[in-house]
Amino acid sequence: MREKLLNMWSVLKLPLIAVLVGFLVGAVCILAAGSNPVTAYVALFKGSLASIPSIGETLYKVTPILLTGLAAAIGFRCGLFNIGGEGQYVIAAISTVAAAWYFQWMPHFILVPFLLLIGIMAGGFWGGIAGILKAKMGINEVITTIMLNWTALYLSNYLVRTVLNPATILGSTPRGHSVIVPEVARLGKLRDVIPAFGFSSVHSGIFIALGVAVVMWFLLFKTTLGYEIRGVGLNHQAAEYGGISSAKNTFLAMFISGGLAGLAGSIQMLGLVYMVNQSTELPGYGFTGLSVALVGLSHPLGCIPAALLFGILENGSRQMQLAGIPKEITAIISAVILVFVAGSLLLKYGSNWYEKQKMKKQGLKQGSPVMDATTKGVE
Amino acid sequence: MNSMIALAVIASAIRLATPLLLAALGGVFSERSGVVNIGLEGIMIFGAFFSVWFTHMTGNAWVGVVAAMVFGVVAASLLAVISINLKGNQIIAGTAINLLAAALTAFFLELIWHRSGSTPICPDMLTSNPFRLLEGIPLIGSLFKQFTPFVYLAFALVFVTYYVLWKTPWGLHVRAVGEHPKAADTVGIGVYKTRWTCVLISGVLAGLAGACLSIGTVGLFREGMVAGKGFIALAAMVFGKWHPAGSLGACLFFGLCSAIQIQAQSFGLNVPSEFLAMVPYVATIIVLIGVVGKAVAPKADGQPYEKDEA
Repeated sequence: MREKLLNMWSVLKLPLIAVLVGFLVGAVCILAAGSNPVTAYVALFKGSLASIPSIGETLYKVTPILLTGLAAAIGFRCGLFNIGGEGQYVIAAISTVAAAWYFQWMPHFILVPFLLLIGIMAGGFWGGIAGILKAKMGINEVITTIMLNWTALYLSNYLVRTVLNPATILGSTPRGHSVIVPEVARLGKLRDVIPAFGFSSVHSGIFIALGVAVVMWFLLFKTTLGYEIRGVGLNHQAAEYGGISSAKNTFLAMFISGGLAGLAGSIQMLGLVYMVNQSTELPGYGFTGLSVALVGLSHPLGCIPAALLFGILENGSRQMQLAGIPKEITAIISAVILVFVAGSLLLKYGSNWYEKQKMKKQGLKQGSPVMDATTKGVE
Repeated sequence: MNSMIALAVIASAIRLATPLLLAALGGVFSERSGVVNIGLEGIMIFGAFFSVWFTHMTGNAWVGVVAAMVFGVVAASLLAVISINLKGNQIIAGTAINLLAAALTAFFLELIWHRSGSTPICPDMLTSNPFRLLEGIPLIGSLFKQFTPFVYLAFALVFVTYYVLWKTPWGLHVRAVGEHPKAADTVGIGVYKTRWTCVLISGVLAGLAGACLSIGTVGLFREGMVAGKGFIALAAMVFGKWHPAGSLGACLFFGLCSAIQIQAQSFGLNVPSEFLAMVPYVATIIVLIGVVGKAVAPKADGQPYEKDEA
């Protein structure tokens, strides 16, 4: 029992300490802004968890970042760094809105799954481009996914300005956003079933996201495909030697990763936003997804509490602002968490040093280094 | 009339290329030594912000330029610690710097000026041509009217970067460390020290690039003003095959695309501006695929170096 607890601690200490440091640095910034950190954090958690509607609003924020977190996690598991979640999200969002408009004659229960599939395929296609370039030509996926992010953004802007603009389709005045997703294609709101959710925007997408997390856990740890993907991620040469195609699994992992980020875009469109705006900036869900995956140790089920944490931060910032504290604090906390996770070896050095001292005492040789939990993740 | 439009487009292309070029040269230094710098964008945000803040405090834009370099170094040292000493993930570190820069500058904006969005306009800027004499040149004289000190600086730095990295012993060390750190270490080159120096230089250059955007262009700091230019610089460096001269060509090409995008209407060009904006990114992917001469990264780019302690 004690062994098991110790084991769990050695796995969980990295994200837990990272989060703690994030909040500490946040507290320093709050002090610098001349406010009381305790008041600020009370406001933060009150704003995101104190009532059923605010919990609902937090869950609404959790939905897309849980999916982009899962997207990043499956990439990490295959040794891939998909920072293209942004672009995959954008491409899926615009495809979903377009399809929702042109297929609105379909009945609701066929249309919604169809649109979600469109989103998955669009995001998967966008991720798959980087996947095939990596698999066939060894081109670094980090650079291609960054380039594809911005390509997607401008492509989406073009479509919003021309083909999908209300001016083109409905003949109204030109607008900075696309046509609006028709009623029949929208996901149900929880407040329509449970009135206690009040003003909150949480929709059925949260159940889809949670379901997908479980499916991804099953896929990664209980299927041959998952075994192969993890094999390639741990050591692609060894995997190749064992008869696992590293090219095939690299492509598949990028496709699935893109598909998940795409599903986030799709669900966000059908759940609340209902339209795509022209924008000069990337939406940011893909980057938050990276943080979610890292704090969740690239484990699909670990992504759930991690996404909840970032959802709380995002939703609570408004309440904090009402209490007179700059809302940027929460963004600083998130960034510091990421900085700390990136430097996870700081922790490793600490624990290695501790082990060394212990062993010196016992007169033993140095043991094996602590596993790199940053991207390799845990089982 | 036509030649006037052409000159205007060329002048604005060069001006738009300048911040990209400064940051791309920073990228060349860092990646030639083996450290991937995704954080260029974030360092530019820091440079843009702190140059404006210090210009406001002192009333002298050159102090702002120095501040941009200093805070560029501070941001870059975060990347250096994580990727060199802690052997952490360089991509995560860079992404973290980008997020941190956006959050911290917005926070400082709130703290110092009690508003969000943008700072007030600076009392001093560097938006005019420092070499008035050049404006007297017939035909192309009007070109120089638009050139800020940053333009001259960036172009000079292309030669400096080339000379330092390819013509000096230290430059050879840098490239050796980026290609094969173990071999470099064996012959007595300090891998960590070389990488640290290069990452800090990339901080200086990306900081300058940020200052060029703020006090060198509009004279204020606005949230989101960098808007992906750090990533275009990254693209330019890859497009230019990790070489200063190549980066110069790439930046001028990308600058020309944006200049045409801005002035398309004045000469009746009918290409959607979004497609022109896409050019840098698509072109970079095409170059990576190897359609027009393959771009290959330094061999040890992105890999932490673990010293054997026997």
